[in-house]
Amino acid sequence: MNKLWWGVIGTSAAVFALKYLGQSIPEKYLSHPKIRSINGYIPIVLLSALIGVQTFTEKTKLMIDHRTLGLGVAILALALRAPFPIVVISAAASSAALYHFS
Amino acid sequence: MIPVVSATFTRQTFRDSMSVSFTVGMYGAAFGAASVAAGFSVLQTSLLSLLTFSGASQFAVIGVIGAGGSAFSGIATATLLGIRNGLYGMRMAPILKVRGLKRIVASHITIDESTGVALSQEPRGDHAMQAGFWFTGFGVFIFWNLFTLAGAFGAQAMGNPAAWGLDAAVPAAFLGLVWPRLLTISDRAIALAAVALAIALTPISPAGLPVIATAGLAILMGLNRKSVTDDE
Repeated sequence: MNKLWWGVIGTSAAVFALKYLGQSIPEKYLSHPKIRSINGYIPIVLLSALIGVQTFTEKTKLMIDHRTLGLGVAILALALRAPFPIVVISAAASSAALYHFS
Repeated sequence: MIPVVSATFTRQTFRDSMSVSFTVGMYGAAFGAASVAAGFSVLQTSLLSLLTFSGASQFAVIGVIGAGGSAFSGIATATLLGIRNGLYGMRMAPILKVRGLKRIVASHITIDESTGVALSQEPRGDHAMQAGFWFTGFGVFIFWNLFTLAGAFGAQAMGNPAAWGLDAAVPAAFLGLVWPRLLTISDRAIALAAVALAIALTPISPAGLPVIATAGLAILMGLNRKSVTDDE
């Protein structure tokens, strides 16, 4: 079994276990304010890190290329309160355009 | 599975649930396309949406493994993002009061949206909260999986991801997920710090590690914050 399959099965099992655990244990065990606070920051840091890695790196090298333009357009679209599909499509279109130009 | 509730508040609850379900389901197309672009098959992509059924965790595992990370770092990143589903479960359990098979089903559909709609129905009472949870959970499940399949087949037909801008669509989709969470200055600062840390670690550490390492930032910030509401 390759790592893609391990990823699919492992992630599914782990996430379901967390969901079921949450439904089954009393709230007091994990409702400490600091735990909640850390948990609030977890999605922000991990998603931001993924944005950085996927936009500015290729394997172990740092690079600025067509994807940077795409991300810039996405930021602009979000700042203008564009809906999600517009954000993604405008980022893809601008990035693809630069990719074909260069 | 859906509890019997009186029709008066159910219609409005149902409408709230469906509008959320359809909108969120569209993110599934972005996930399907991103997953195939990251090297996963259409089958693997669909199984992730069916079995993991938690958007951020799914995007994380395909993002980390697709960038060359190990299965372990992919699963670890996805699991950290899945912790909040457990917290939602703890919030929902006393309202749902389900056991056995129903609890298994409820657990699977305990996501941002089902919990969010359920909590938004609080003024209408417990029955409306239960209805909102089940309607939204099943609604998102159906649309998320249908759109995943559409996105996966679409990306498969396209070929080279960069030629269609898919390699930029993925970080743009992540940005769309994180943007609504950046409410305060400190939220934005920590987001930028996470981007910088992950990029800085990339040339000097194995793929996948730079993303997980940023969880340390969340722990540092969380421990140093005086109370949950002090900057909101």
